[in-house]
Amino acid sequence: MTKIIVITSGKGGVGKTTTSASFAVGLAKKGYKTAVIDFDIGLRNLDLIMGCERRVVYDFVNVIRKEANLNQALIRDKHIKDLFILPASQTRDKEALTIEGVGLILAELNKTFDYIVCDSPAGIERGAQLAMYFADSAIVVTNPEVSSVRDSDRMLGLLTSKTKRAEEGRDPIEEHLLLTRYSPKRVTRGEMLSLSDVNEILAIPLLGVIPESPAVLRASNSGEPVILAEESDAGQAYADAIGRFLGEEIPHRFIAEKNHWLKRLLRFKEKEAI
Amino acid sequence: MILSDKITKIVHYFQHLQRSDKATAKLAKDRLQIIIAHERTQRDKPDYLALLQKELLEVVAKYVHINQEDVRVELERKENCSILELNVILPTISSSD
Ligand SMILES: Nc1ncnc2c1ncn2[C@@H]1O[C@H](COP(=O)(O)OP(=O)(O)OP(=O)(O)O)[C@@H](O)[C@H]1O
Ligand SMILES: [Mg+2]
Repeated sequence: MTKIIVITSGKGGVGKTTTSASFAVGLAKKGYKTAVIDFDIGLRNLDLIMGCERRVVYDFVNVIRKEANLNQALIRDKHIKDLFILPASQTRDKEALTIEGVGLILAELNKTFDYIVCDSPAGIERGAQLAMYFADSAIVVTNPEVSSVRDSDRMLGLLTSKTKRAEEGRDPIEEHLLLTRYSPKRVTRGEMLSLSDVNEILAIPLLGVIPESPAVLRASNSGEPVILAEESDAGQAYADAIGRFLGEEIPHRFIAEKNHWLKRLLRFKEKEAI
Repeated sequence: MILSDKITKIVHYFQHLQRSDKATAKLAKDRLQIIIAHERTQRDKPDYLALLQKELLEVVAKYVHINQEDVRVELERKENCSILELNVILPTISSSD
């Protein structure tokens, strides 16, 4: 059974595309045939993050308009077997995305893929609604910040009412919280909402916490999803999250602050003193 | 043992100093809890507030001439209710006519 996953958030710039790219790579590396689709019509970016921007010929809208077939538009990842990217169109015509068109493409992908990852645009307009409409599972990307948490809650409302599953009265979409750009240090200082604060407010199962990390910018600079930076904190956090998504039990990391500098310093002195 | 307890105390003291005025996370959480609880109750209701405001103003306008700038409409969300506040500055009424 193919599983359709939507990566959504409401608020812009919280890490949806970063997450979509790493999730798709992570699932494909585990041996699942995976497609990742950019729903951000007019603002194509997933191709850059996946490092395939120079190989885009046809896009999502070309396929919907039957100007190309799906196989022509899907870009095969250079390094990872079983990973394909469907880029967004750069057209400014947002009406180009239709529910029938998206439905047909997903139905075709359903025949051969294990996972379909849908990178939602920000907002609650057509692109975002279509990205979630057919989903079986939603990853709600949230930053520890008031507007992001509120928007996530808004999206949870839409996930339970404005999706195919909801309309057909089937089992509801599986919801997962992914807290990203988390800074344990600032949480300790009382400057940032903590994991438990956000968890308490949104009250959906926690999939993972991705720390604020310089590795993410390095990854997008080089067009290699951060999960491939295996030594990095963010890369490991994404790998853990995928493991959990697939049912493994993995303890959460990167949620506690490293020892306070003063404590480290004084500990050092203490050792000397003994 | 004792030394490390002292160290922990000192560290906490410094953390406390750092925290004092920048510790706004608690405030963020409190505000979020209130607004989200409110929005959840509104989730499936029609957005009638704008219409309500408009009609209220039309009623007022039947009796007195008011400028748009003389009207202030505010909605304050409390934990278990909302207060809609309508402030209308009425023109001074001349005593005779
Ligand atoms: N864990 C992280 N640590 C540091 N920076 C991050 C992290 N996650 C995302 N970013 C940065 O945040 C920015 C936005 O990320 P991204 O493009 O993934 O967000 P988005 O939700 O897809 O945005 P949009 O709503 O515009 O589609 C990027 O510059 C990215 O490098
Ligand atoms: Mg994006």
